[in-house]
Amino acid sequence: MTAAPAPVPLPRELALRLLASMLLIRRFEERCAALYGEQKIRGFLHLYIGEEAVAAGVMPALAAEDAVVATYREHGHALLRGMSPESVMAEMFGKREGCCRGRGGSMHLFDAATRFYGGNAIVGGGLPLAVGLALADRMQGRERVTACFFGEGAVAEGAFHESMNLAALWRLPVLFCCENNLYAMGTALARSESQTDLCAKAASYGVPTLRVDGMDVAAVHQAAVTARQAVLESGAPLFAEFQTYRFRAHSMFDPELYRDKAEVEQWKQRGPIHNFTARLKAQGWLSEEEFLELDRQAGERVEAASAAAEAGEWEPAADLLKDVYTPREPA
Amino acid sequence: MTASSYREALRQAHREALARDPRVFLMGEDVGKYGGTYAVSKGLLEEFGPQRIRDTPLSELAFVGAGIGAALGGMRPIVEVMTVNFSLLALDPIVNTAAALRHMSGGQFHVPLVIRMATGAGRQLAAQHSHSLEGWYAHIPGIKVLAPATVEDARGMLWPALQDPDPVLMFEHALLYNLEQELPAGAGEVDIRRARIRRPGRDVTLVGYGGTLEKSLEAARILAQQGIEAEVIDLRVLRPLDDATLLESVRRTRRAVVVDEGWRSGSLAAEIMARIMEQAFYDLDAPVARVCSEEVPIPYAKHLEEAALPQPAKIVAAVQNLWGNR
Repeated sequence: MTAAPAPVPLPRELALRLLASMLLIRRFEERCAALYGEQKIRGFLHLYIGEEAVAAGVMPALAAEDAVVATYREHGHALLRGMSPESVMAEMFGKREGCCRGRGGSMHLFDAATRFYGGNAIVGGGLPLAVGLALADRMQGRERVTACFFGEGAVAEGAFHESMNLAALWRLPVLFCCENNLYAMGTALARSESQTDLCAKAASYGVPTLRVDGMDVAAVHQAAVTARQAVLESGAPLFAEFQTYRFRAHSMFDPELYRDKAEVEQWKQRGPIHNFTARLKAQGWLSEEEFLELDRQAGERVEAASAAAEAGEWEPAADLLKDVYTPREPA
Repeated sequence: MTASSYREALRQAHREALARDPRVFLMGEDVGKYGGTYAVSKGLLEEFGPQRIRDTPLSELAFVGAGIGAALGGMRPIVEVMTVNFSLLALDPIVNTAAALRHMSGGQFHVPLVIRMATGAGRQLAAQHSHSLEGWYAHIPGIKVLAPATVEDARGMLWPALQDPDPVLMFEHALLYNLEQELPAGAGEVDIRRARIRRPGRDVTLVGYGGTLEKSLEAARILAQQGIEAEVIDLRVLRPLDDATLLESVRRTRRAVVVDEGWRSGSLAAEIMARIMEQAFYDLDAPVARVCSEEVPIPYAKHLEEAALPQPAKIVAAVQNLWGNR
């Protein structure tokens, strides 16, 4: 970072809201990691720590009627889309108060009320779904955007290429949000792709592209506002690459043998919360006391969610087969 | 009564669905300009326009997945995957998303989607174009699997399938498209929950579906000349299986032969035999038998392909064995 950080080009109130959003995700996931250690949360747990600026910047650029499709690293997206921390945390615990009544867990958060379509644990699996949601909007004459999040690992999947082509061919309003954190689990981009310019891949399908510093929440937000507007106006897809970095391991089982500690430390210097806070302070929009208060509120929110999840109940095993099929009258 | 082909009946079913419900649309490879690989959708593009009859790129994964998304978005898509062979390229969206979504989302979302595809062998198309993998799909909780084997079912299964709130897969045996049968005037919706007895008989129950129904009926005609009256059941619904119809028949005839074009190991036939054994063991006079495809990639040469598939003569022999082994 330079000595004098660039001022934040957003209204103060919005800037503080973005900071609070990032803090909520950070504290929520730190709590998740601790709860994982306590074995309250089991299964796979993929933390978004380090990447918070992407979800925090994009989500407030979307409208309530838009649809969101995300990945298995989606706690932050779910929280900022408007799902309550209680319903997300209870789902992580596997409790019946969870958004999916304990059926989904960390990787499968869903919420019909906010049009949050998961929570997809197959890399690239959400892209065709997003294309179809946008197709439904188009065919029913609804002016909406479907935001589809995926990692750079997904661009190696056929689903990425087929979806990019179909969305461009049929001119469907999908905002493709590629969260490029440089590693597909443990495989670096350059070790898996002959073409590491992700925008070039999307551009080859005639899809307009944006490359954004995904560590800068203000830049992400501005780009997302522009991108959503462009998708609405053109009625066609747009591909935005958010360059970001995962500070934690891929999952709780990852010993991180594939990257240097020095590289991680270097990226941490660009930490989205740390730097954004410094900028807000430098321009006199945030005092240390105000920061601590925002952080305290985030922590409090998370503790309440954690306590509620702890107090939650288990879905009776007798209801195991519920919701495999939609109930219908007997023949 | 008017004569109709299976193909025409399917086309009429599509026409009816498209006319009745503006949310219904058809997409798939060559369904529009080409008129459908098996000519099922011939003329529909002209009648309903390119918004509702959508030619797709050769992207099974994307257009099946997009069908799921469109269903979630309030449409009632019919996705035609040209053949079951190519559906392997769309296994992920079918199994990991369409089938699982309702349960995995705690009942918040459901996927009212119909996926149609041709299945089966018998046209010398060799290993990569001759699969009968409907049994695989029937393994998956969360989806329903239909196998229309008659013109009446080709005409009547699509509309109720579209009314179903959950994903429905329809398997059309490729040899059936030219089948001609009488169709009552005003034929329409049929039940999609029950198996049907297509030929009553007292001595043995033959259980077939899709492409093996006609072969089972042919075997029954041969057996009748030998004094064995075979009852022939058309499963129609491969998931969830209609155990009641099946067991009622087997308890009467006390013998059963399952006829399945899938390979023997881990087959739908195996599941049906297991259910009979679990629920009607003490009613049986002979072990349940089956006639399946031989465990070989389906070969090209006509005599080899015929040898690989269930045939009336094999069914007859299997039935005769039920007494021969006594």
